[in-house]
Amino acid sequence: MNNKSGVETAGNVSTSLPPKSWITLKINGAERHLEIAPWTILLDALRNLLDLTGTKKGCDHGQCGACTVLIDGKPINSCLTLAIMHDGAEVTTIEGIAKGDALHPVQQAFIEHDAFQCGYCTPGQICSAVGLLNAGKLRTPDDIRELMSGNICRCGAYPNIVAAIEQAMQSEGSAAQ
Amino acid sequence: MNPFSYTRSGTLENAVTEIARDRRAKFIAGGTNLIDLMKENVTRPSRLIDINHLSLNKIEETDNGGLRIGALVTNSDVAYHPQITRRYPLLASAILAGASHQLRNMATTGGNLLQRTRCSYFYDITTACNKREPGTGCSAINGFNRMHAILGASEECIATHPSDMCVALMVLDAVVQVTSNRGARAIPFAEFHRLPGDAPQIDTNLQPDEIITSVDLPGEGFAGNHSYLKVRDRASYAFALVSVAAALTLEGGVIKEARIALGGVAHKPWRNAEAEALLKGKPAGQDNFRKAAEALLSGARGFGHNNFKIELAKRAIPRALKQAAAGTPQSQTIKKVL
Ligand SMILES: Cc1cc2nc3c(=O)[nH]c(=O)nc-3n(C[C@H](O)[C@H](O)[C@H](O)COP(=O)(O)OP(=O)(O)OC[C@H]3O[C@@H](n4cnc5c(N)ncnc54)[C@H](O)[C@@H]3O)c2cc1C
Ligand code: SF4
Ligand code: FES
Ligand code: FES
Repeated sequence: MNNKSGVETAGNVSTSLPPKSWITLKINGAERHLEIAPWTILLDALRNLLDLTGTKKGCDHGQCGACTVLIDGKPINSCLTLAIMHDGAEVTTIEGIAKGDALHPVQQAFIEHDAFQCGYCTPGQICSAVGLLNAGKLRTPDDIRELMSGNICRCGAYPNIVAAIEQAMQSEGSAAQ
Repeated sequence: MNPFSYTRSGTLENAVTEIARDRRAKFIAGGTNLIDLMKENVTRPSRLIDINHLSLNKIEETDNGGLRIGALVTNSDVAYHPQITRRYPLLASAILAGASHQLRNMATTGGNLLQRTRCSYFYDITTACNKREPGTGCSAINGFNRMHAILGASEECIATHPSDMCVALMVLDAVVQVTSNRGARAIPFAEFHRLPGDAPQIDTNLQPDEIITSVDLPGEGFAGNHSYLKVRDRASYAFALVSVAAALTLEGGVIKEARIALGGVAHKPWRNAEAEALLKGKPAGQDNFRKAAEALLSGARGFGHNNFKIELAKRAIPRALKQAAAGTPQSQTIKKVL
């Protein structure tokens, strides 16, 4: 039950909710200031507080990859981390993968290869692949199949997803030469 | 998730003082296990102490020719570190066999050791579970126990430890360095995790006020003859039904030293000195590998759904030893088992 001071009382024990605090996230290149509770999950902060709904909630338990975003360039599951832990970090979501109107090669390849059906897993698939390519971890189609296993696709678009990432991998390889 | 307060620790001294002050506080590192358990209300800390800003994130050479892996080094950074891939490829392989690249980017060395069982009753707070609530009973023993232990279980709990990395650390005879307000100590890997016995709520011999600072690897990494073979329900991104870490030192086709640890079969990574001794001085061949497997599985007991794991382990062990002897370790990318 709440009393006037906003302090919850249970019998004669009074407990107050731990305070919110201000954090700064550099999201897709722009600094955003947020007042959040300690228990706010990064995924929920992105979707509910910042209206960046491109990042999806699939399982909410690290089991599907739909919530994949890049933190300081590295792909992670945003459903298993607290926003408050990333004060000062750079976060890239699917909304920040393209350069203005120019699609990222992975995005372009997903379109060319029809690498989705419902599209729900796609933002996570793309962020995951972009992070892996940037880190130089993809060299063969087997690498793609193994390292992309953290991104489940309920529609089963896997053959086209692998083909799309393979195309991006090759164009990146030839661009680097 | 229950409300909790949050503090960031900047120094080791601060972290151990904070944890000693509050019995219901917990450290948070990668968060991949703790937050999952908090979402399910299995764990309800009053306070999280964020240790990610402590300087425990380096891999360094030790005086005795080994490597010290800081507790906060991520699983990815360990698996791709040039010293690890060159000198301890078994460890790199075991890490890459686990979870997904996103999770490995978050998961830390210390957190991996302390991840809790994936027993589905442990995760479901509407069921009885001695590990979650001591004295309530074990739902798995007469329930769905396909993933559960075949070795070292008790009537109180038949859960398994889910880590892959720890199975390799067990074979490598790693040492866990811990510290608290009371001082620092070193825990040999074999003594870090414990069997459930009559206190299944306690997974390890780490004390509640202690923090892991590093995991130290001795000089011998078995880089020549090793293999990590993980058998699971799908080829990637699944926990082990049975896994085998095998390491051999060979002299002409004769075994000088053999080390074998099993994952997915017990409350801790499973090793058996007698089974290893059986191989010493013997030719590296299938007959001897099978004898070692029988010895490792001596005393194994199934609980119904998981009976198949006994035979599965007996077949996986010789296969991993064969891969190790041939110098052709199991690839974690190309899944065909040779
Ligand atoms: C979907 C999924 C699949 C997975 N698959 C696998 C798999 O196949 N194989 C595998 O091995 N693992 C797997 N994992 C588990 C993963 O490896 C662990 O969750 C991870 O290693 C835990 O590390 P963390 O840093 O995130 O720990 P956290 O969640 O931060 O912490 C875990 C526990 O350790 C404590 N802690 C953390 N660091 C320290 C320290 N330095 N000192 C003292 N206490 C500390 C925390 O208080 C907490 O109690 C999977 C996880 C998920 C979600
Ligand atoms: S096996 Fe252990 S963790 Fe699972 S229900 Fe039984 S007591 Fe709980
Ligand atoms: S929503 Fe994060 S992994 Fe499924
Ligand atoms: S396109 Fe529908 S889940 Fe992948």
